[in-house]
Amino acid sequence: MLYREAGQFKASYQEDQQIFPIRQDRIGMAVILAFFFLAVPMLASQYWLQAILIPVLIFSLAAIGLNILTGYAGQLSLGSAAFMAVGAFGAYNFILRIDGMPFLVGVLLGGLSAAAVGVAFGLPSLRIKGFYLAVATLAAQFFIVWALVKFPWFSNNSSSGVITAQQIEILGFAFNTPESKYLLTLAIVTVLAFVAKNLVRSTTGRSWMAVRDMDVAAEVIGIRPMRAKLSAFAVSSFYCGVAGALYAYTYLGTVEPEGFSLDLSFRILFMIIIGGVGSIMGSFLGAAFIVLLPIFLNVGMHAVFGSAMPAGMASNLELIIFGGLIIFFLIVEPHGLARLWQLAKDKLRLWPFPH
Amino acid sequence: MKLKQTALIGATIAGLLATGYAAAQEQFIGLPSYRVGPFGSNGASLYGGWIDYMAMVNARDGGVNGVKLTWEECETEYNNARGVECYERLKNKGPTGNSVFQPLSTGITYSVLEKVAQDKIPLVTIGYGRTDAADGRVFPWVFPMITTYWSQASAIVNYIGQKSGGMDKLKGKKIGLLYHDSAYGKESHAIIDKLAEKHGFEVQKIAVANPGNEQQAQWLQIRQSKPDYVILWGWGVMNATALRTAAKTGYSRDKIIGVWWSGSEEDTIPAGDAAKGYVAAGFNVAGANYPVIKDIQSQVYAKNAGNMEDKNRIGSVLYNRGVVHGIITVEAIRTAQEKYGKGKPMTGEQIRWGFENLNLDSQRLAALGATGFMPDLKISCEDHEGGGKVKFQQWDGTQWKVVSDWVEADRPLVRGMIEESAAAYAKEKGITPRDCSKES
Repeated sequence: MLYREAGQFKASYQEDQQIFPIRQDRIGMAVILAFFFLAVPMLASQYWLQAILIPVLIFSLAAIGLNILTGYAGQLSLGSAAFMAVGAFGAYNFILRIDGMPFLVGVLLGGLSAAAVGVAFGLPSLRIKGFYLAVATLAAQFFIVWALVKFPWFSNNSSSGVITAQQIEILGFAFNTPESKYLLTLAIVTVLAFVAKNLVRSTTGRSWMAVRDMDVAAEVIGIRPMRAKLSAFAVSSFYCGVAGALYAYTYLGTVEPEGFSLDLSFRILFMIIIGGVGSIMGSFLGAAFIVLLPIFLNVGMHAVFGSAMPAGMASNLELIIFGGLIIFFLIVEPHGLARLWQLAKDKLRLWPFPH
Repeated sequence: MKLKQTALIGATIAGLLATGYAAAQEQFIGLPSYRVGPFGSNGASLYGGWIDYMAMVNARDGGVNGVKLTWEECETEYNNARGVECYERLKNKGPTGNSVFQPLSTGITYSVLEKVAQDKIPLVTIGYGRTDAADGRVFPWVFPMITTYWSQASAIVNYIGQKSGGMDKLKGKKIGLLYHDSAYGKESHAIIDKLAEKHGFEVQKIAVANPGNEQQAQWLQIRQSKPDYVILWGWGVMNATALRTAAKTGYSRDKIIGVWWSGSEEDTIPAGDAAKGYVAAGFNVAGANYPVIKDIQSQVYAKNAGNMEDKNRIGSVLYNRGVVHGIITVEAIRTAQEKYGKGKPMTGEQIRWGFENLNLDSQRLAALGATGFMPDLKISCEDHEGGGKVKFQQWDGTQWKVVSDWVEADRPLVRGMIEESAAAYAKEKGITPRDCSKES
């Protein structure tokens, strides 16, 4: 009923090839966007904007980045957090050192520097595969964080390697309230998510998937693996870099290289595994799951038990429940949360006459 | 029906939450604690001590001038993003909002450094955090109290000078600096270089990569160059490993001097016999033999209400450090009440004034039952550090023994560096420093 497509005819190639071929999807997307752009800034409290929504959006962007590389191009990477660090420190240095550098250009340049570093560390992917490649990207993770601490130039000679993001200003408008920062983050993430969605449907995206599924076969049909792999590394690192810049500018304000640790890389990897490998929507679902669940558990524990339970036990119990839920979801649906939605949608499209 | 039910439950929960805070004479303190993760056991001791002290003040005195202290913990897992979430979650709780934010993590400190000024909540970082925030003219909302990393490094050098029989004897000596290769470890470099130049000793800096559970190469290097002393600027597992490897390579442990994050029972007990003779700095001492700890025992634990599950850890270095956090927080609230009205809950802004005018002289410390437990402390508008003194303790194989009096840092030198660094920050951020002569 909800998804009845009767009467939706596609009369041109353009209509057939649009991002959302089903009208209900288009309406749904418009409603979701309207909700997040218009209703949320008016309704949500500062806590929700600053502590929940902004980080979820930023991690979604990082997860999209990793999903492009791991989910679409099939290259396992453990360096996402390091590429975020390059983006954050890159944007900081561009804005600091070039007078009058517009914020968005700074973020873009930060993303591009992350892309360049990503390509450099992606070179081994031409020769090594799978888990061995993961180890090679691990080198990126350690090297980049080490370099940012080692060379004081990156942090403008701060004694502890910490950078403080400058004030965000676009065309004279200062983004200093949680609402404005949220809208800025949302706008950038929305645009980049649509770009990613389109990219994976394009020639580039199809060549990534071909390389992922079988690189020898891909080569035989005329796809250059080097180009496909390195472009995946570049695009993926660009997304992570922009996410890192937003992490520094719209979320924390002050970041240290140690904040971009291996731990964060793993968290981003878990996001795409939980959300759905090879799915843009999955990146959002996974980021929301990994960021929000521990917080809800913590709040829930306080609400239910109050001070009746020792804090140490409550904290450990949260971790146990969190881990348990991850295992539960992976057993119930190994392809991630996005796959659950996909199945539901397929059923809805046939309903009420499943064959 | 279902919707109605959900709405009803939601309304009930909201109502419960609202009534919970209805009692007005309460001072809320948000605790961004960590009890799991890599530093979970440290967090459990520290926040345990702090909570026990506040529970003791509630039980013994009925709160601060009749205002009960209330608190809520929020698990940060020592993770910056979770820390920010906790900060936002706690900041509007209680009748007057969160009184003070003390995350016990330098990373989280940096993440909320700019938010606290907007939200008007004092940020107190005792023995960690941003060193140059000690310049209260540039950082009115941040209090890196008692002693910063730079003061500590300077105090350790002064202690080595004392042991060698005078600062002039340091000339030509060689001091090794075994540091955790991170922002935290590198924090020591600038000041140590300055001190080496001033006193004419030689520094050998040796990095240990995180987490530091393999240090054979570093200690062989130390054995070759034979420094007179080694300063251990370590963290977590690195400390015990350093002591064990030193024993293996035959470097005398009483020549190793640890910083305060290297000098707790959590560092020495895992090292076993190898830790015997090791000396570490601390801005509080270990031991349960102080009136303040005895009060906690009799007022809280005697009624089965203590926070620590392992009661053997009461009186440990980190537990006592938590008590110091409690004392400073409660005394700042008391100071604020003296100005803004006794028996009333204070806002963050008023408590900031309380911190800035905090004066824990020896008389006050005696009244608190903490003579010798922590150094005396006087904060002012200009100086948010207020003291910079540490004591040195030696591990005798089973417990820490105090081996020095309070050792001062080279205050003019450290203060000069702090002002220089704070001025650079102010310039970068376009902050005009406050004029302290106009503050009341």
